[in-house]
Amino acid sequence: MAEIVTLAEAVRELVSDGQVVALEGFTHLIPHAAGHELVRQGRRDLTLVRMTPDVVYDQLIGAGCARKLVFSWGGNPGVGSLHRLRDAIEHQWPAPLELEEHSHAGMAAAYAAGASGLPFGVLRGYAGTDLVEHTSIAWVDCPFTGERLAAVRALHPDVGIVHAQRADQQGNVQLWGIAGVQKEVVLASTRSIVTVEEIVPELEPKPGAVVIPGWAVSAVALAPHGAHPSYAHGYYDRDNAFYLAWDEISRERERFRAWLQQHVLETSDVDEYRASLAAEVAAV
Amino acid sequence: MSANGDAGYTADEMMAVAASRRLADGTVCFVGIGLPSKAANLARRTHAPKCVLVYESGTIGAKPEHLPLSIGDGELAETADAVVSVPEIFAYWLQAGRIDVGFLGAAQIDRFGNLNSTVIGDYDHPTVRLPGAGGAPEIASSCGEVFVMLRQSPRAFVERLDFRTSVGYGEGRGSRERLGARGKGVTAVITDIGVLEPDVESCELTLTALQPGATAEQAIAATGWPLQVARELAVLEVPTGEELRALRGLKTTAEA
Repeated sequence: MAEIVTLAEAVRELVSDGQVVALEGFTHLIPHAAGHELVRQGRRDLTLVRMTPDVVYDQLIGAGCARKLVFSWGGNPGVGSLHRLRDAIEHQWPAPLELEEHSHAGMAAAYAAGASGLPFGVLRGYAGTDLVEHTSIAWVDCPFTGERLAAVRALHPDVGIVHAQRADQQGNVQLWGIAGVQKEVVLASTRSIVTVEEIVPELEPKPGAVVIPGWAVSAVALAPHGAHPSYAHGYYDRDNAFYLAWDEISRERERFRAWLQQHVLETSDVDEYRASLAAEVAAV
Repeated sequence: MSANGDAGYTADEMMAVAASRRLADGTVCFVGIGLPSKAANLARRTHAPKCVLVYESGTIGAKPEHLPLSIGDGELAETADAVVSVPEIFAYWLQAGRIDVGFLGAAQIDRFGNLNSTVIGDYDHPTVRLPGAGGAPEIASSCGEVFVMLRQSPRAFVERLDFRTSVGYGEGRGSRERLGARGKGVTAVITDIGVLEPDVESCELTLTALQPGATAEQAIAATGWPLQVARELAVLEVPTGEELRALRGLKTTAEA
């Protein structure tokens, strides 16, 4: 049964230095508040797993939390490069970053295998690409047809972290809109944290919604606006202006550090983070 | 750049229009952000209203009012016929062969339409680290055919890729079959100078059409391998007023 705790408690109890941690959210429901809490609590040497490392992983990598990155596409969607990720790869700042690199289809198959308790996922992919040398794959022959297919090692993070629209008092989680790999990462991980926009007495059925039963989740934490600058369908829109602004904020190390200090390290939770961003906008 | 000075449209607009015209009504296309998204949305607003737009975020049949800034914008989900998970979009829809046309961009392309979107320079000590593969390798192998949209320059059209992220025709004729790739592969490379298509025999990309005002010499100079030129070189029809109005009416979410 999921415990309902504060985000700070969930991170303190469930995430340790050196672990394999996946924060997922395919452009939607990205758990930024949880990422900020990892930075505040100073987690180090993490292997960070994420199909689309974007702004939240740029922040974690720039803050020095990561030792290794497992990913399939690393960029600021619709904007360009992730400058902190590139600085880590190109100049080893603030620390060297080991890479394990997939395609989206490969990584999705690896999560689905992890959620299924299988040792590998299978796909028609990777053949003829140089990715083969930089990822965790092998070739298998289909026992029925003989076709050669790519096998990708299952992903089993120590901790999977996602954001969702809401949960009930029992920790049952409900999310809708673009569902990404939210369910797969929770089920593939040994332990899981779900941050939510609201905790309601009872979950009303919602067409097309994904429900993750509370007994399959380790901890649920309330974090309204916890996906910002990503969005929560039905609650608030994507803050496109922030993604554009991040290109400038993250470009130079000093400005990035100042931003992280002011808006993450000197705030204690998502409410204070939002207030500090609003104060800065008001001052301009 | 503009291929032809004061034509009243840009080379980028001609690229979007040229790609759009290749989409027949009802075509199911796998679309990324940028020029491909413009081209597919333009087709949907002009000659191909039943064109089905599939984004890798799992939105099938999206009908956005605005061009999305990211492939996961909420408007795509709100207007889609179906929203599916990411494992499902790549397994049931892409790899199962349900997509007619996939669009790809890249930092580098070679004469056989192989693409690099991973790294410039050495992998372990890159000059420029690019975002990486994303959906590209399986789009390249599984879609019925692939359109590449890429501005032409010797830096992008190279003799040798720094990294092969996605397979076009591999080492040439027969490579795709040996690798088990199911789709036809790259059937058009649409550039700011013209269009390259694979030679039926060798699969080598060959200049087959030019933007109005552009020359074969320009295309050859902008290509890092000795570019083959088709004997009969077509000239793309200039964008119509309707096409330009529809194209310029497409605003991104951030501009709206």
